[in-house]
Amino acid sequence: MAQETRNAYGEKLAELIQKDKNIVVLDADLTKSTKTIEAKKVCPERHFNAGIAECNMMGMAAGLAASGKTVFASSFAIFASGRAFEIIRNSICYPHLNVKVCATHAGLSVGEDGASHQSVEDVAIMRAVPNMQVYVPCDQYEAKAVIEHVAKVEGPCYVRLGRGKVEDVYNEETKFDFSKVDVLRKGNGDVVLFAMGLMVQEALKAAEELDATVVNVSSLKPLDEKGIEELLRTHKRAYACEEHSVIGGLFSAIADVKAKTDITTRITPIGINDTFGESGKSKDVLQKYGLTAEHILEVVNG
Amino acid sequence: MDINELKSHALNIRRNIVQMVYDAQSGHPGGSLGAADILTYLYFEEMNVNRDNVASTNRDRFVLSKGHCSPALYAVLHEAGLLDEDLKTFRQINSKLQGHPNMNYVDGVDMSTGSLGQGISCGVGMAIANKLDNSDNRVYVLCGDGESEEGIVWEALMAACHYKLDNMCIIFDQNGLQIDGDVQEVIGPLPLKEKAAAFGAAVVECNGNDFEELDKAFKAARENKGVPTVIIAHTVKGKGVSYMENNYAWHGAAPKEEDYKIAMEDLKEVR
Repeated sequence: MAQETRNAYGEKLAELIQKDKNIVVLDADLTKSTKTIEAKKVCPERHFNAGIAECNMMGMAAGLAASGKTVFASSFAIFASGRAFEIIRNSICYPHLNVKVCATHAGLSVGEDGASHQSVEDVAIMRAVPNMQVYVPCDQYEAKAVIEHVAKVEGPCYVRLGRGKVEDVYNEETKFDFSKVDVLRKGNGDVVLFAMGLMVQEALKAAEELDATVVNVSSLKPLDEKGIEELLRTHKRAYACEEHSVIGGLFSAIADVKAKTDITTRITPIGINDTFGESGKSKDVLQKYGLTAEHILEVVNG
Repeated sequence: MDINELKSHALNIRRNIVQMVYDAQSGHPGGSLGAADILTYLYFEEMNVNRDNVASTNRDRFVLSKGHCSPALYAVLHEAGLLDEDLKTFRQINSKLQGHPNMNYVDGVDMSTGSLGQGISCGVGMAIANKLDNSDNRVYVLCGDGESEEGIVWEALMAACHYKLDNMCIIFDQNGLQIDGDVQEVIGPLPLKEKAAAFGAAVVECNGNDFEELDKAFKAARENKGVPTVIIAHTVKGKGVSYMENNYAWHGAAPKEEDYKIAMEDLKEVR
C-alpha cells in the first residue's frame, strides 16, 4: 500500500482528539492540505483556524500550552519552520511548552508549487533549537506512531510530514521504539545507508543490488548516537540519504556523531546539494535532484 | 479602592525598579517606571492572584509582552509578596530574575517574553483555553506602543476579535517613545485607537498613570461582551524620576551613582 504521511497524521489526530479532551488543534488556513480537517470534523470545538497568520498561530499555541493544553499546530513545513521560526524558538521552545508542530508538504516532493513551497532546511532549523525534538516518519504507520509518541512526550516537538504517497515500509503490527535507529535490512558489512523520510524507501530499493544495510533514522533529535556509532564501526562505507539539504540534516547529524569518535568510516551525503528546488511533477523533481534509488546506486557504485 | 495605598505601593515599586537597574547596571528603567501604575492596579485591584494560587494557572493571568519591562513585573510581584527571589540578583548569573522574564523560573511570571509582539498571541491562546475550560479567569497583556509596530500584534488582535475573547484585555502602554526616539518619527504606529477599533475591539482610553482613570477603564472592560478590550493607557516614560521623564535615552540605560541619588530623592515620597 501507499499512503501520504499527512493523511496518516489527519487520521491519527482525529482519533486522539476524541480520546484526549486536553488536545487542541491549530491550523493556518491549510486544514484540507495538512489534514487537520479530520480532527475538525470530529471535534470542531477544539480546532481553531488562525487564518494565514502562522506567527500568531504559534503564539496562540504557546498560550494554550501555558494553560495546560496539548497543542498540535500545523502548516506547511516552509511556513512553520521559516515564517514562524522565532515564535517557535522564543515562545514555545524556550519555555518548553507542550506544542507539537506538525509540518506537512516538506521537501522537494511538494512538486509543482516550486521552490517557495519546498522546505529544504526545516530539519536543520528545528534541530538547532534547544528543547525541540525532531521526528521524520517514513510511511503511514510510522507517522501514526510518531503522532502518538509526541502526544505523550512532554515539551515541544517538530514532525516532518510529506505531501505525496509513499510505499509502506512497516505494517499495523510494527512496534516502534523511537529511542533507537531502526535497522531495516542487514547487509554484508560493506555499505550502510542511513535514510530519513521518503529516502528510506529509495534506500531499501537500492540496497537489494548493493547488499547494503539500511537504517531508518526517524528521530533526528533525540538522536540514537550509540546505535549510529555502532553501525559506523561495523561498516566500511556510510551514506546519508535525505530529502533535505546536506547542511544541517541527517548527513550533518551522523557526521557529528562520527566527529566525536575515532571512527574513520567515510560518510557521503546523498541529499539536496545546498540548492533550491523547482516546479515539476514530484517524481520528476526528485529524479532531477538525485533523490532516487538509481542515484543512490550511482553514488555508491562510484 | 484606596488610592493612597495604591500610590504607596507604586512608589515602592518605582524605588525597586531604580534600585534593580542601578545594582545590575543594566536593564530598562524608562518603560518600567511608566508602566508601574498599570501593574500596581492589576496586581492590587484587578487580578485574582495571591500567594495561594500564584503557582497555579487557574487564576487571572498577566503577560508582559513588553518583556524588557521585567523590573516592573519583578517589583510588583515582590510588593505583592508573590516573589521569593532577591531583587538584588536581577540580571545576575544563576538568578531566576532574567533580563527578560522566564515563566519556568518564577511562579508569578505567566509567559516567557522578550521578543516583542509575541505576548499578545500567547494571551489569545490563554483566553481561548479559559473559554474551553468554562473558566471566568481573565487574561491581561501589556504591550508597548512601539511594540505595536510588530505585525504579529495585529494578527493576534484579529484572532482575539474573531474568537470573541471578551475575557481578554490588551493594554497598549502608549508613552510615545521607543529606543530610537519618538514613535511617530521612527515609523508612525499611531493612532492605535482607530486601528484597534477597526479590527473590532472595544477601545477605552485613559491616563495610565492615574488610578481613578485606570479603575474606570478596567471596570468598563469587564462590561464588554463578545469582544476583547483594548485599553490605550497614556503614560509618561520614566514617570517619577525627573530627568528620565519623556526621555527616550533612558529606555535601556542604567543610572550612575549621581543619577541614582537624584532618582531616589525624586522617589522619596508619594507626590
